[in-house]
Amino acid sequence: MPVQETNHISYQRSFYIEGGNFNYAGIVSTSIKSILKQMDFPSNVVRKCSIVCYESEINVVSYARKGVVNLTINSNTIQIEVIDEGPGIPNIDLAMQEGYSTATQKIREMGFGAGMGLHNIESYSDAFIISSELGKGTRLLMTINIKQ
Amino acid sequence: MKLRDVKEILDADVIVGEDKLDMEVNTAFGADLMSDVLSFAKSGSILLTGLTNDQVIRTADILDIAAIVLVRGKRANADTINLAKELKIPILSTKYILFETAGRLYAKGMVGCVEKVDNASARN
Ligand SMILES: Nc1ncnc2c1ncn2[C@@H]1O[C@H](COP(=O)(O)OP(=O)(O)OP(=O)(O)O)[C@@H](O)[C@H]1O
Ligand SMILES: [Mg+2]
Repeated sequence: MPVQETNHISYQRSFYIEGGNFNYAGIVSTSIKSILKQMDFPSNVVRKCSIVCYESEINVVSYARKGVVNLTINSNTIQIEVIDEGPGIPNIDLAMQEGYSTATQKIREMGFGAGMGLHNIESYSDAFIISSELGKGTRLLMTINIKQ
Repeated sequence: MKLRDVKEILDADVIVGEDKLDMEVNTAFGADLMSDVLSFAKSGSILLTGLTNDQVIRTADILDIAAIVLVRGKRANADTINLAKELKIPILSTKYILFETAGRLYAKGMVGCVEKVDNASARN
């Protein structure tokens, strides 16, 4: 058999997130976690993917109108892309700082608004890209290596 | 210690997970902010919190938290309890305040899942 060097796509699925509705906040991440667990990925890989997905999902519910999560499993990496339609982030450097938050009282009552989410996402990801356009939305791309 | 010991030490009611009291639990984390829990809590720990909504259950599921202890006599609503049942996460409820809850468990040998944040290795 030839040596496989390409980062082959073996699984791809999209999930929808409704903005503003905390009743279902986290449901996408719970599903993604159970999919990855069933596929027998190492527990720390599942954990990292679940955390970055959950923080991103909560941000879409908290700040955007709607969003989509694209899960892509390659031979070497798991990629989680979260794209939302929403206000966008005016200053990404500021938003990435630990403790910076514009969370409303409603979001704080749900247990969020510590200003830690984006920082957590970056630190649990092996590679992280964030881009945002004001008035349009935000895109996050998190890559987790399967071999840690 | 076992979850059963936690229940006894805290004079707690078991809201979900009567069948899981023999589970071994040795570390804990206490917070009301879920992002703090997501930064520092380790899998297999118990979570002490005063927050009682679905997000506590989801956060516990994401992190493989062993059990949730609601402090200050807090109770979760029926939907939240059902979610915990579905995700098989035990919930205990104690009347002790967070400080007393943590202190009583610590005195019996339970430790924090991280000691200080500057030497936290919870991220890996
Ligand atoms: N998808 C998004 N759309 C618009 N603004 C966002 C989005 N994600 C984050 N932000 C902005 O960036 C800030 C920081 O986000 P971050 O996730 O780090 O913290 P938080 O959501 O405020 O609190 P935490 O995540 O700790 O509960 C938010 O308060 C918000 O102003
Ligand atoms: Mg956030």
